[in-house]
Amino acid sequence: MSHKYPSFLSRDRTWQPEPYTPGYKTSVARSPRQALVSLQRASDSERSGPVFDGLEIGQYDNDLLMNFRADGEQAGLPIGERIIMHGQVIDQFGKPVPNTLVEMWQANAGGKYRHKKDGYLAPLDPNFGGVGRCITDAEGRYRFRTVRPGPYPWPNGVNTWRPAHIHVSVMGPSISTRLITQMYFEGDPLIPLCPIVQVLKDPEAVETMIARLDMTRSKPMDCLAYRFDIVVRGALQTYFEE
Amino acid sequence: MYSQYKLQDDSGLLRETASQTSGPFVHIGLALEIAGFESRSDEIWQDLAKEGAEGEHIELVGHVYDGNGEAVHDALIEIWQADSHGDYISNFDNKEPFSGFGRSACALDGDFHFHTVKPGQVDFYGKPMAPHVNIAIFARGINLHLQTRAYFDDEQEANEQCPILNSVPSAERRKTLIAKKEQGDGKPRYRFDIYLQGDGETVFFDF
Ligand SMILES: [Fe+3]
Repeated sequence: MSHKYPSFLSRDRTWQPEPYTPGYKTSVARSPRQALVSLQRASDSERSGPVFDGLEIGQYDNDLLMNFRADGEQAGLPIGERIIMHGQVIDQFGKPVPNTLVEMWQANAGGKYRHKKDGYLAPLDPNFGGVGRCITDAEGRYRFRTVRPGPYPWPNGVNTWRPAHIHVSVMGPSISTRLITQMYFEGDPLIPLCPIVQVLKDPEAVETMIARLDMTRSKPMDCLAYRFDIVVRGALQTYFEE
Repeated sequence: MYSQYKLQDDSGLLRETASQTSGPFVHIGLALEIAGFESRSDEIWQDLAKEGAEGEHIELVGHVYDGNGEAVHDALIEIWQADSHGDYISNFDNKEPFSGFGRSACALDGDFHFHTVKPGQVDFYGKPMAPHVNIAIFARGINLHLQTRAYFDDEQEANEQCPILNSVPSAERRKTLIAKKEQGDGKPRYRFDIYLQGDGETVFFDF
């Protein structure tokens, strides 16, 4: 029999965060206490995954400056620092991951989410929704236009603030490569103070989440650019078995 | 230019980007209906099987519970499954009667809710695996999504033969992977409650 799908490098769970990270309080009651059961060999169930290149992506789905607009007199552009967020999805071998779904969501420039459960006192922006999606091109590249989100306070310690961040979701070629992360901004002094960032033990793991200012892709008199490359698990060669 | 992905491990492989929690507002990005957004032209959501899909139409529902027995109301659930013939259909298309991938979120009543078909058996190196649905759980407080499988309590014979179920060391823990058939609205409904921690903690897989 043969496998239609490649297998993947195993996930390094000493590099990725542990489930139980008491500095981030919500993890305490939501972390399994039993060891994970390791599948000794992956089957098609783990190797395969959905491919979204047929998904009908709207014209402004990757343009958060345009995709949520108030009616009437309030209609306009969102408040905040205009940015291009772009990068490449590659695997651990450096191979581009084309035609894969990248999704993102974020707070507005004041640090407020358009979500009924967000009670922060910063105002909503009538022209900003905070959601985007796109499909990577043949080189694995993606691009969004948005505003830089504001930091916001949250109830963990007595005075805990999230650094400015954009939530990023990537599918990759398989459910084995599925990943949700958060993109931070180079130079933000709140990054090392954040209990959610601190769930990573290795400072180099934190670096993988920090976007770099990219002047080569900024637009004069228009917007700055930040580059955020995403690495998913490496695909091994498809192999056949007798 | 400098890019953050140049970080390599000892064998020269790039490091996987670190995972972070999807947070309490994951709905804005991945479950727009729950956040109160209008749907875009084509959304990924909880109806995997529409009229005309081959196979036995079923509902798959469940709560997610934390270690204190409280329902986790901000969880996002993704499922990936074979069609009724046991084939994975990679090409996601909402216009087709069946898609193998879906998302749901724990709504006000605490349940996630999928409409799908019962998957067929998938091969594992020459042995059939019992029908199962692959599940990923994302939520505030979960640093890296959890992965599990839902099997079906009316597939006892297939379950007993399943090489993956049998790789779970304890018979007691194996039970946490079995969805229970209950009275549904017009079609069979299977309940798969997920216990993140403590009594009856669900088996989660590393793969
Ligand atoms: Fe956030």
